[in-house]
Amino acid sequence: MTNFLTLTRMRIQLTLRNKMFLFFSVIMPFGFFFLYAGVFARSVPRVVSFFLGPVIALTVMGSFWGLSAGLVLFREQGILRRFHVTPVSASDMLASSIVANFVLTLPTVLIEFLFARIFFHVTHFGDLVSAFLLIAIGTASFASLGLVVASVTNTMQETQVINQLIWLPLIFLSGATIPLATLPQVVRRVGLFLPATYLVTELQDATFANAAPWSSDVLLALCSLAVWAILTFFLSAQLFRWEPEAKIPPRAKLLVIATAIPFLLLGIWENKTNRTIARAQAMFDSLSAPVKSAPPADSRE
Amino acid sequence: MANSILQVENLVKRYGDVEAVRGVSFNVEEGEVFGLLGPNGAGKTTTVEILEGLRTPDGGRVSVCGFDPQRDSDALKHEIGAALQSTSLPDKLRVMEALRLFASFYKRRRNPEELLKRFGLEEKRNAFYSQLSGGQKQRLALAMALVNDPKVLFFDEPTAGLDPQVRREIYDIIEELRRERKTILMTTHYIEEAERLCDRVAIVDHGKVIALGSPRDLKAHSGGATRIEVRLSKPESDATLKSLEGVADAREVDGAYVIHSNRPPQAIVSIVKHLEARDNELISLEIASPSLEDVFIEMTGRRLRD
Repeated sequence: MTNFLTLTRMRIQLTLRNKMFLFFSVIMPFGFFFLYAGVFARSVPRVVSFFLGPVIALTVMGSFWGLSAGLVLFREQGILRRFHVTPVSASDMLASSIVANFVLTLPTVLIEFLFARIFFHVTHFGDLVSAFLLIAIGTASFASLGLVVASVTNTMQETQVINQLIWLPLIFLSGATIPLATLPQVVRRVGLFLPATYLVTELQDATFANAAPWSSDVLLALCSLAVWAILTFFLSAQLFRWEPEAKIPPRAKLLVIATAIPFLLLGIWENKTNRTIARAQAMFDSLSAPVKSAPPADSRE
Repeated sequence: MANSILQVENLVKRYGDVEAVRGVSFNVEEGEVFGLLGPNGAGKTTTVEILEGLRTPDGGRVSVCGFDPQRDSDALKHEIGAALQSTSLPDKLRVMEALRLFASFYKRRRNPEELLKRFGLEEKRNAFYSQLSGGQKQRLALAMALVNDPKVLFFDEPTAGLDPQVRREIYDIIEELRRERKTILMTTHYIEEAERLCDRVAIVDHGKVIALGSPRDLKAHSGGATRIEVRLSKPESDATLKSLEGVADAREVDGAYVIHSNRPPQAIVSIVKHLEARDNELISLEIASPSLEDVFIEMTGRRLRD
């Protein structure tokens, strides 16, 4: 336990000393934020509030980049082997990655809320408890995804390619960049198989449409993200390698498919019921409806 | 011996089709500096990393401080300290932070301050790892191996890639640990290092121990003779050279002739006479006191350094 805590402290310190971190975890999210709020939402407070969910989701999902690259670098440089001769365990190492990332991501998210308040005069932040829970579980689950990427790739190059392959659908098919409501039906159907879609939509639901933590939509998103986080974390611990030359057995890559199961099932069900798409559509429509002050009424119990 | 702190019996390790370690056996006693000496790729690092619990053996039996590195790896790791080969620390970790961090992992700890002083890193305490020179990095690696006041130390090629002056600094450190009666298993491919630092040496080649004993015994065993190394303009047969007066043994190694003699002056005179008679020219001649290199040449017909 104490090993995990000291490692977490080290990871935070090291990350703060890293210039790459400054770019990916501070400059890029804030860049996105001002692009969304200033350009997409044309600084209209209600529209800024609409885009707050997606832009925060981007910050949260970005976790997996740094985590996978960081861990692979540690392995490639033989840093992990040095820890391997100490009593430090694989789960100490992995859990410290998740927690350090958590501690570093939360302030960025908080600052985005403050920016919305200060620069764009947003006063309506919806249900902050829902938002916090989604941010917390979302950060943990996308960080775990990063750890899995680190576990299944052998070199930094491979890691970066896989990261790109994951990142693009995550941001374009989930509603994080282009609102789900404006995407073609086929694309939306594919998006329903991505964890990102639920994080984006429900964060929007929480901050824009006041969805409570116990509302069925938020609850479902929270539960499926949590299950997915546990699965991916467990898998990354199973596949963890200390040695740079230890290659992953090809059959182990099959295990990765297992982590897709929760959202595969959810996607099939959602494709039948259309719940999430309907929710995203309703929020989008309410934006253009001539409501002046009040946020869209939450019609659900 | 039953209570050796480190026991290796018939150790085997394969990487795919390659047998890196082929039935290595040795024991290390408490308070002893034991060296594995051999060329690169002889299986030294693999052996050490199995003892540290980093690699799984394919056969044989090992015990370190009474623990099986595979089964009791958690308990074992509190008892050992290691300076690994091909390892590193995060670039932006400071020297003192590294010592404190690694000390925090153990139940038994030494004062990081004292280690910093002892390894001459006081001025570098706040330097980033990336700012250290090769020698400083190695001193830090040795200091880090001691943070838990371990029962057994593993130093894998502690001076590889360092320039001669820095290498001597590392020798001083290891000699001091030896005076403190620390148990150390080290690997090296430098003969002088093994001779100077180790109480006993196992010479390893192609995954096997080919000779084992104190450097003095090993040298005595190989005849304890002075080595005369000559290069000639025309080839000579080993047998002819061997028949000359004062020559105990002669063999061709990589184009040179390695001649062993217990009476070097006589041997040199007879060699020169013989060459003159044969109209063969002496290109170079070197004389060296007996070393572990001679043991290696005798056992393998090759030089240790390639």
